[in-house]
Amino acid sequence: MEAGYCRYNPLFSKVDRLGDCVLEGLSDRLSGVVRNLTGKGRVSEGVLDETLREIRMALLEADVHVSVVTALVSGVRERALGEAVLKSLSPGQQVIKIVRDELEKLLGAGENRQIDFAPKPPTIIMMVGLQGSGKTTTAAKLGLSLKKTGRYPYLVPADVYRPAAIEQLVRVGTAAGLNVYNHDGSATPLEICRTGILEARRKGFDTVILDTAGRLHIDETLMGELTELKKELAPKEILFVADSMTGQDAVRSAGEFHKALGVSGVVLTKMDGDARGGAALSIRHVTGVPIKYLGVGEKTSELEEFHPDRLVGRILGMGDVLTLIEKAEETIDQDEAVALEKKMRKNQFSLEDFRSQIRMVRKMGPLSGIVSMLPGMAQVKDADLDSDALVRVSAILDSMTNRERQQPQILNGSRKKRIARGAGRSVPEVNRLLKQFSQMKRMMKQARNIQKGKQGRSKLPFFGK
Amino acid sequence: MALGGIKKLFRGLTRTRESLTTSLQTLVGNRPVDEETLEDLEVDLLAADLGPTLTREVIDALRVQAKKGSLSTADLRPALKELLMADLRDGKQEDRVVRSDGRPHVVFVVGVNGSGKTTTIGKMAAREKGAGRSVMMVAADTFRAAAIDQLERWSERSGADFVSQREGADPASVVFDGLQAARARGTDLVLVDTAGRLHTKVNLMAELEKLTRVARKVIDDAPDEVLLVLDATTGQNGLNQAKNFTKAATLTGVVLTKLDGTAKGGVTLGIRRELGVPVRMVGVGEGLDDLLDFDAEAFVDGLLGTAQDPS
Ligand SMILES: Nc1nc2c(ncn2[C@@H]2O[C@H](COP(=O)(O)OP(=O)(O)OP(=O)(O)O)[C@@H](O)[C@H]2O)c(=O)[nH]1
Ligand SMILES: Nc1nc2c(ncn2[C@@H]2O[C@H](COP(=O)(O)OP(=O)(O)OP(=O)(O)O)[C@@H](O)[C@H]2O)c(=O)[nH]1
Ligand SMILES: [Mg+2]
Ligand SMILES: [Mg+2]
Repeated sequence: MEAGYCRYNPLFSKVDRLGDCVLEGLSDRLSGVVRNLTGKGRVSEGVLDETLREIRMALLEADVHVSVVTALVSGVRERALGEAVLKSLSPGQQVIKIVRDELEKLLGAGENRQIDFAPKPPTIIMMVGLQGSGKTTTAAKLGLSLKKTGRYPYLVPADVYRPAAIEQLVRVGTAAGLNVYNHDGSATPLEICRTGILEARRKGFDTVILDTAGRLHIDETLMGELTELKKELAPKEILFVADSMTGQDAVRSAGEFHKALGVSGVVLTKMDGDARGGAALSIRHVTGVPIKYLGVGEKTSELEEFHPDRLVGRILGMGDVLTLIEKAEETIDQDEAVALEKKMRKNQFSLEDFRSQIRMVRKMGPLSGIVSMLPGMAQVKDADLDSDALVRVSAILDSMTNRERQQPQILNGSRKKRIARGAGRSVPEVNRLLKQFSQMKRMMKQARNIQKGKQGRSKLPFFGK
Repeated sequence: MALGGIKKLFRGLTRTRESLTTSLQTLVGNRPVDEETLEDLEVDLLAADLGPTLTREVIDALRVQAKKGSLSTADLRPALKELLMADLRDGKQEDRVVRSDGRPHVVFVVGVNGSGKTTTIGKMAAREKGAGRSVMMVAADTFRAAAIDQLERWSERSGADFVSQREGADPASVVFDGLQAARARGTDLVLVDTAGRLHTKVNLMAELEKLTRVARKVIDDAPDEVLLVLDATTGQNGLNQAKNFTKAATLTGVVLTKLDGTAKGGVTLGIRRELGVPVRMVGVGEGLDDLLDFDAEAFVDGLLGTAQDPS
């Protein structure tokens, strides 16, 4: 998990230099908090805030605007307190669930992301955005994608400022088998668009995609040009094309474009890189309009539909943790888990209980990290888990009778020999398991005491490498 | 820096200043720095794309000073500036090299898609031509549609020589031809325009590395410089970009473009800190003369929204 996250965390290598655990990957950090939360039966608001601080860091690292982060985190906090998360069995997981819910909600889960077509053709779609965000490329991509769904699109290059902008669209469009309005760029953008639309009408195209020049949101003249285009041409869709690598400025630029034009949708480009895409949250937050597509490559075919849930995982950099939680939620029998925890508390934990616990772990598959989600096993570090050991231990436990598991003290030499043979292991291995089991019980007792005071971390038997 | 340049930069910075009335600007009077002031400042730094880690470090350092009682609100601005400048000052950027041995000075311009590479080359060419040097552009972006035409337009505007092959040609062969021509002609400066590529694409980064190898075949020690063109609106991903690009072709500097917008480019502080790669130039518009040398103090003032009106 750690390694997976480092790929996304640009500052990770500073960990060594600064010795600052704050810089650890979110997954790791969060599972740490989750461990703390699950390890304690009841937790305080302080621990909740600790979780939220980590989430805040992760969102900032992913370039979500600081004000959006603050709003999000306080919303999550309120919900967590309102839903009495702290009294639940697994508060950490629930907090993360709330975060995920909130992020998906903000990204528009379940909303309509289809292009809005005019009842009377042609439907006019205008691409707008900052310089270099990907408008021209996306215009061609969108044309191709709509053509595949049976539309008949016409591309109109209306960028008369950037050198060779018209050639660019003519070439990518033509190469993709699309029709492009070819002109010499001597007219004004408004004239070009008007003529282009007339051409489209005349030739029977039902969709016109206008590619406009990149511009800064603070450039009054050029923003005025766009508002004029909007007024005169009444486009059905105005798509704000934004680079997914954008940082904090996304709030400002998207906000100003929206204020001036009332954009109808967003396309997030260059998602084929490793940008976490927090800008998407910022843009949604200020515009409230749907993210309609993702650009995932330079090729004209590389346009994808947008899925809020996938982006949430990416923003949080915690796909692993989420999967883990889902799995755990699916597989762990909550009642069984509660009963086990109770036994541990009362120090009535038997080999039989140990066996059901291992079964729960194995049901969830060979994923590391799951053990830490089990009550009472909060301190096991992912790396400590050796799944071969799990199989070996299970085999030995399975070869015991019920009574032997309840009362291990009756295990004499011949019983052990029988168990070893049944499990395909050796007698010393059976002995080691028994010894480690009694150590484990001792440790649980200690852990109960420790939990009242400070957190301690010790290894569980069998799982150590 | 020419007066026009200062005005232009200031234009960018004024916008910056308008964009956020930073907590530094609204501080009045002189009182001990409290936690609330620090929190406001933290928000400003985050909003400037410094990133949560660097921001936390800076705020923690200020907090330590504040706790000692040695920091009042009046000292806050200089203290903060000092902290941020500390990283930028050391290892002063060298001047653009004018070679004495007569062989061409070779500059590779690299970066992710759409950051402003081709435009920056146009501006650099204009500037060097203006300083009386001979300049050649090499169109090694043979991939993106009309990239060659775009660069050619810039060569016409700036009066630089232009070497290209057709779209889809092998960029390595373009670099090879270009550098040979430059050596033969005794060109002072060669600017190689490379295709935009995301730093995560292994094959494209390998291609870039190959281009530098080809350059070395023609001219010993080439390229003399590899400039990463970074869009100022880029967030924390900029650090990943710099890390991966410098692995493929050792970076000698960053050109921070689109600083005429409202973004501050705070991620360059992290790049400087972690990789030691300095910002060398900034782009402040789409015109021929919209390129300035990097000025650390003006940049930090811009970040903090404390730029002073030069007029
Ligand atoms: N990797 C990747 N590159 C992309 C994507 N979308 C666009 N690009 C590239 O980004 C660069 C800029 O794209 P353009 O379509 O020219 O951007 P633009 O917004 O039209 O630029 P201006 O017209 O100058 O404002 C080009 O190199 C494109 O190939 C994407 O989804 N992934
Ligand atoms: N406002 C502003 N726009 C800029 C600046 N530098 C470049 N641009 C614009 O950004 C867009 C992309 O610039 P290019 O030079 O084509 O970028 P590139 O990195 O060569 O793009 P690819 O080759 O497609 O990767 C163009 O519209 C430029 O006019 C700048 O400093 N300020
Ligand atoms: Mg364009
Ligand atoms: Mg280019």
